Amino acid sequence: MSADLRRRHWLRLLFVTLGMFGFGFATVPLYNKLCYAIGLNGKVANEAAAIKTASVDASRTVTVEFLTTVNGGRPWKFRADQATVQVHPGQMTTVSFYMKNTQDHAIVAQAVPNVAPSDAAQYLKKTECFCFNRQPFAAGEERHMPVVFMLDPELPKDIDRITLAYTFFDVTDVAQKN
Amino acid sequence: MAHTNDLAHGHDDHAHHGPDKGIMRWIKTTNHKDLGTLYLFFAFTMFFIGGLMSLVIRAELFHPGMQFVQPEFFNQMTTMHALVMIFGGVMPAFVGLANWMVPMMIGCSDLALPRVNNWGFWILPFGFTMMLSTLFMEGGGPAGGWTMYPPLMLQTGNAFPFLIFSVHLLGISSITGAINVVVTILNMRTPGMTLLKMPLFVWTWLITAYLLIAVMPVLAGAVTMLLTDKYFGTSFFTAAGGGDPVLFQHVFWFFGHPEVYILILPAFGIVSTIIPTFARKSLFGYDSMVYATAAIGFLSFIVWAHHMFTVGMPLAGELFFMFATMLIAVPTGVKVFNWVATMWRGSMSFETPMLFAVGFVFLFTIGGFSGLMLAMTPVDFQYHDTYFVVAHFHYVLVPGAVFSIIAAVYYWIPKWTGRMYNEFWGKTHFWLSAIFINLTFFPQHFLGLAGMQRRVPDYALQFTDFNEISTIGAFGFFVTQFIFIFNILGCCYGWFGRKRDLPDRVWEGARGLEWTVPSPAPYHTFEDPPALPVSEVTGVHDAEAAH
Ligand code: HEM
Ligand SMILES: [Cu+2]
Repeated sequence: MSADLRRRHWLRLLFVTLGMFGFGFATVPLYNKLCYAIGLNGKVANEAAAIKTASVDASRTVTVEFLTTVNGGRPWKFRADQATVQVHPGQMTTVSFYMKNTQDHAIVAQAVPNVAPSDAAQYLKKTECFCFNRQPFAAGEERHMPVVFMLDPELPKDIDRITLAYTFFDVTDVAQKN
Repeated sequence: MAHTNDLAHGHDDHAHHGPDKGIMRWIKTTNHKDLGTLYLFFAFTMFFIGGLMSLVIRAELFHPGMQFVQPEFFNQMTTMHALVMIFGGVMPAFVGLANWMVPMMIGCSDLALPRVNNWGFWILPFGFTMMLSTLFMEGGGPAGGWTMYPPLMLQTGNAFPFLIFSVHLLGISSITGAINVVVTILNMRTPGMTLLKMPLFVWTWLITAYLLIAVMPVLAGAVTMLLTDKYFGTSFFTAAGGGDPVLFQHVFWFFGHPEVYILILPAFGIVSTIIPTFARKSLFGYDSMVYATAAIGFLSFIVWAHHMFTVGMPLAGELFFMFATMLIAVPTGVKVFNWVATMWRGSMSFETPMLFAVGFVFLFTIGGFSGLMLAMTPVDFQYHDTYFVVAHFHYVLVPGAVFSIIAAVYYWIPKWTGRMYNEFWGKTHFWLSAIFINLTFFPQHFLGLAGMQRRVPDYALQFTDFNEISTIGAFGFFVTQFIFIFNILGCCYGWFGRKRDLPDRVWEGARGLEWTVPSPAPYHTFEDPPALPVSEVTGVHDAEAAH
């Protein structure tokens, strides 16, 4: 019960404190790994998937719906060229999105995808998407942008409708800094 | 003051001299009783400020439509009210009680780190000045809720960095306090006081302190990440850069749920101290109380996502967090059972502390029941973010945590000041508080079930009646607390002709080392570790209690 013992005790507790402070930050990589591993929270990989050619399962038809949002009240025009498509699992499909920068200056935008229901996220594979890179737009520029995707035939049987949502964020400031 | 940190310092000079004089006494003090007093005065000041904010909220909600304040200011009030009450009111009040009582209950002269204790307290006024000053800044205070969810919180204006740094300061203060309590309890108990002979208030504080050490740093990490997201271009929680705002909710509630137990475990300890005194029996099921507290402490780490059932989780996650949450009700139920069993066939009397303690058992349990309803994932989809949640957490926090603090002050103020409070006004205070608090919060259950959202300054017409009742209750409760303030200050300053004429053992049913020292407790107690007679052991095991 000496003063020495007590000093060691509170130092130990201080290390626990610092460790837990670090744990707060460590949750970020942990969470991201977990999300991609099990599709938690509808997260989908933001890079091209390596696709094994799979046989098309023509016995199933899944409806894929598209949703578009512009974040933070930017006055851009962003919409899907088709509201929905019907696809068979295993079938490569190309869809297209339209974006117009209605502002009088150049912008850089980044699209973030999300899939609902979240169980479906890991079965939606994209080989081409405007969300893989930042998209620069000149003032007034408009563009049609393709997305090529496939549904993995392993897609759970109870899912017959998937929503793929994109949100465009304004990252002009960040892009200029780099 | 030549304070040595050594327990075995024996009879050095300061055994006989009292406190310094004047303001410097309070600024420089390292005495656990002085600091306990400072913490309690600070906490009650914050209760007053937070109370005024709640009156702004309730006044605005008296009628539908905009009455007194702008929506933006209304949201600043809900945000600041919660932060002030939780971090400025309840937590410092419990730390103050720990300061006063833990050393006197375990028979040591002071906390293990008296100087750290002094800093821990004096950080608080600075932290809160910083936080409250945001209300006077351009753009006003933070308005995104005490839960600080991004991306909304990242839209806060100039107030933002001040909020974050004040949260850091409050965190440092709580962590130093917690480390101090753990080191004191584990190293400085009087010989013979084994862990399972410790009073329950000491036990509950020990576990609370561990929770604080484990989760306050996580909160600090989370708000630091918010800060760098806003000012340094990181994307921990910003979706545009690949982050996920939902992660913040996970990290926040990983802190937040243990935090709600930080706000209630010391209350369990207080109630477990008061009920045996006035039932004139030893506590029923001491060991199960200790294990239940430990079980609650452990379980509190694995239930956090019950606050986010609606954000979109895999089914397995929803189920896990639902069942884990319901599991917490089991040790909580054990506690309620033990309190009732302690009263069973006791020779009970209902002095004011006992009234508040019994009121606690009854009303806290109502909050536990609404918690169970919220724990059911499917129904939470309806209840989430409505007034039903507001009703739930106010039942556990006001007639729960706050009643326990009031009970503790009534129970120990005679020991602290040597003067008895006025029993008539104490009882009046209790009954008015109990009536008004139910008027305030019971109708909010109905409002929530009917669909009134929280954190909105306006509502649909059909909610008017219940909101009127709630507002009347809130104003009544606030005014009632002045009875308490005068009753307590009367003890502190000897108003109303109150005399210092109390025996050591103020309540004849009370046990514990704190009742073996004179009333008022001298500035220094237990310079030498006292003997622990069997009659003062509050932790009586069932086998011993049988004979
Ligand atoms: C039987 C025990 C309990 C259960 C099952 C329980 C369950 C819950 C659930 C499921 C929610 C989330 C509701 C929602 O947002 O939809 C909640 C919210 C809350 N609970 Fe409890 N609870 C219990 C005890 C407590 C205790 C003891 C306290 C504090 C002393 C507490 C404080 C809170 C607070 C502050 C919130 C709201 C936080 C916010 O969103 O601002 N609860 N509770
Ligand atoms: Cu919780």
